[in-house]
Amino acid sequence: MNTIFYIAVAIAIVSSILAITNRNAIHALLYLIISLLSVSVVFYILGAPLIAALEVIVYAGAIMVLFIFVVMMLNIGMEEETEKQWLTPKMWILPLILAAILLVIFIYVLKVFQYEKTSAENIDPKQVGVALFTTYLIAVEIAAVLLLAGIVGAYHLGKQKKKTIHRFYVKSPSDKKGII
Amino acid sequence: MTIFIGLIPSLPLLGFLIIALFGKLLSKKIVAIMGVGSVTLSAVFTIIAGINFLSSAPAGEACTSTIYTWISAGEFTARIAFVLDPLSLVFCFVITFVGALIHLYSAEFMNDDDGFARFFAYMNLFVGSMLILVLADNLLLLYLGWEGVGLCSYLLIGFWYKEPENGYAARKAFIVTRVGDTAMILGLFLLFVSFRTLDIQDLMQQVSLKWASGSLLAVISAVLLLGGALGKSAQLPLQTWLPDAMAGPSPVSALIHAATMVTAGVYLIARTHVLFALAPVVMAAVAIIGAITLLIAGFSALSQTDLKRVLAYSTISQIGYMFLAMGIGAWSAAVFHFMIHAFFKALLFLSAGAVIHLLHHEHDMFKMGGLWKKIPVVFITFLIGGASLSALPLITAGFYSKDQILWFGWSAVTGSHWLWLAGIVGAFLTSLYTFRMIFITFFGEAKTEPGHPPGLVMSVPLIVLAVLSLVGGFIEMPENMGPVHLFSRLFDGVLPHVSISEGRNTEVIFQILSAGVSLSGVWLAYRLFYKKSSFALWFKNSHISNFFHSGWGFDKAYDLLFVKPAVWLSEIDKKDFIDLIYKYIAKATEYLHFIFSKTQNGKLRWYVLVLTVGIVVILTFMISL
Amino acid sequence: MVTVSMEVQILFAGLFFLIGLIGFLVRRNIIFMLMSIEIMLNSAALVFVIAGSHWMQADGQVMFIFILTVSAAEVSVGLALILQMYHHYKTLDADALKKLLDSDVTEK
Repeated sequence: MNTIFYIAVAIAIVSSILAITNRNAIHALLYLIISLLSVSVVFYILGAPLIAALEVIVYAGAIMVLFIFVVMMLNIGMEEETEKQWLTPKMWILPLILAAILLVIFIYVLKVFQYEKTSAENIDPKQVGVALFTTYLIAVEIAAVLLLAGIVGAYHLGKQKKKTIHRFYVKSPSDKKGII
Repeated sequence: MTIFIGLIPSLPLLGFLIIALFGKLLSKKIVAIMGVGSVTLSAVFTIIAGINFLSSAPAGEACTSTIYTWISAGEFTARIAFVLDPLSLVFCFVITFVGALIHLYSAEFMNDDDGFARFFAYMNLFVGSMLILVLADNLLLLYLGWEGVGLCSYLLIGFWYKEPENGYAARKAFIVTRVGDTAMILGLFLLFVSFRTLDIQDLMQQVSLKWASGSLLAVISAVLLLGGALGKSAQLPLQTWLPDAMAGPSPVSALIHAATMVTAGVYLIARTHVLFALAPVVMAAVAIIGAITLLIAGFSALSQTDLKRVLAYSTISQIGYMFLAMGIGAWSAAVFHFMIHAFFKALLFLSAGAVIHLLHHEHDMFKMGGLWKKIPVVFITFLIGGASLSALPLITAGFYSKDQILWFGWSAVTGSHWLWLAGIVGAFLTSLYTFRMIFITFFGEAKTEPGHPPGLVMSVPLIVLAVLSLVGGFIEMPENMGPVHLFSRLFDGVLPHVSISEGRNTEVIFQILSAGVSLSGVWLAYRLFYKKSSFALWFKNSHISNFFHSGWGFDKAYDLLFVKPAVWLSEIDKKDFIDLIYKYIAKATEYLHFIFSKTQNGKLRWYVLVLTVGIVVILTFMISL
Repeated sequence: MVTVSMEVQILFAGLFFLIGLIGFLVRRNIIFMLMSIEIMLNSAALVFVIAGSHWMQADGQVMFIFILTVSAAEVSVGLALILQMYHHYKTLDADALKKLLDSDVTEK
């Protein structure tokens, strides 16, 4: 079990790194999907089969696909030049330093606080369902409202106003754009 | 009885409030009635309180009336309380009585003026402040009255504010007395720091207990208080403001610069005489300053052409006499001279005011003349006042008061023959310039035609003051004339007596000497100025005369020493270098703003970077704790 | 089942988070930034699940579901905004958004 854990985590990390350093958007997204799948494996190992499934279905299956749709709609795969310009090695220094410091802090904190080892057991979807609909009922409702807001917002914000010319409009010499 | 004491200063202040607030709405008659009436009522109450006091309490015991606790901070309390003892009683009497007469006079004198109500408001405020000054039982309240009279002096000198010169004169008076006031407040600080109280009775007791005679602190505080007295009383070196203060109306000159405010210094020194007695150096300085001032002022008065300026220098000179008397320890003689001087000097100013008013605001003596037939009442009162000023023997009150000072100057233990000599020369000068003034103004051919003579309201105060100038001296007559010591007996417990070293027999010689001196002054004035000799003409245009005329060059000296450097400093400081500090603070703030505003550059990644840095810093701190 | 100690598990999650952070700070393309945010959210969710499995309660998984919900909503809205931005500025450069800033402040 442990080896699977380590392999999955290694794949996840490697694919994430590849995702953020890639110049092609679609490639990066595909790498991200691989990373998410490995994380899903980790979830399964940790005894959470429900969310392992959910991760694949929702995260990798819906959200990433949404990303890919938008990327394809915007047609940005051809702009590798600009990406090369933007990703100079100089840019990496400061974030790497900060991340290193944070890593050191993480390690330090984790070493200070000692936890006893427990073995993980499976937690059934049934348990999760019971917890969701008894203890966290209100949060579920609120999450539903949030999703509603997300839908409405996405619809509204994504709308583009097409510029229409009025039926009776007569173009005058000073009108450059051709709209009222 | 204590109620009366509290009412004495309150009535004029109440009058000030009412007239100041409602003066524009009330008619001139009502304003005059209120203005004059408040001071008259105060005079009546003073007399009642005085009679009560003199008949009931044994001599020397004071009567205190506490109205309100003004400051109570830690160990220091200052109450608004008034003390009536013989010294303050005499001063109150003079202030209210002479003040009432002057108010009555000014009801007619200022009748044509637009600022009628304003005038009476200021005058009432002045009388109220002066009464607070003399009745105060602690030095802080005294300083309140001190500042109040200084303010009113400024307001009243510059009363006709539409002329810029009046404003300058008022400012000069205020600034010069301010120098003295600063010295006085420093003296008050020193006294407070040493004794933790400013209550006069307490203070005097503690001073005599704690400080030895001639100790440094006593000398310093006496010098500082003396500085304040010099400023207010226009003595050397702060005497330059008084001649210019004649820019105010004549009743103002009569009240403030003859009878009352300029004697505030005398009152202060008399009140704190215990402290001064502990510093013999300062006492000697007081006497010497008095002597020098009276000589300087006497010589300056000889060359003046403005009628009121002669009287101003004369006031400076006479206060020099009072200072001289105090310096040798003859306290009651000084106060006696103060009272008599108030009578005849106020009289002189009022009748001079009448003359000026009649001649349509003509101040120059040499343009007047031939008035003695046309306005006899004014002439006779002026003559009586001048005679009292010159101390004509036996009939005038001035003779008795001035002679007492001269006698003590020679014979007192702490006196000196030089002081007597200065006083005698001063007396000669006094009668010389006084009768010069009278002869030039009233005799000879008329150069300006007078208007109609003054009415009853102006004449009655003149007559009353003239009578007082004649008979006022009879309450204190020297030993060999049937000794009458009504006045000095008043002060038995309050002010110490002066001890005399010479015998009583020699007093006659000095009396004859002083009588002779004053009469010879009259004769010399007659020869020089009535007969219009060539000497007089030569003198008038000579350099010495110019020197005397400018008050011995003090104005020029102060201008060179103080005014010019101050103006020069302000010129080079035009850009106000202290402002630069604030400018640089503003610039630094702007610079910081500029730097900080660079952090808001709208780039998302920059914000997250800063966020991350912040998180790293905070986590580091949290871990290290 | 899994006997890896909890510190190591959380450490891996932290490493994920840092990768996401680095990705966010480095990339200038908006789409990649959004992607990095997703990585960071995922790592946070991973920590929750680890904690839930450690204490053997369902709460960790419940939190994961909520994080998922939030991420979905946020991604949809964010992508809609990106579409708007692209149509307006014709570029996917994140620094182009600085035109939204009130320019008086920076021009001194």
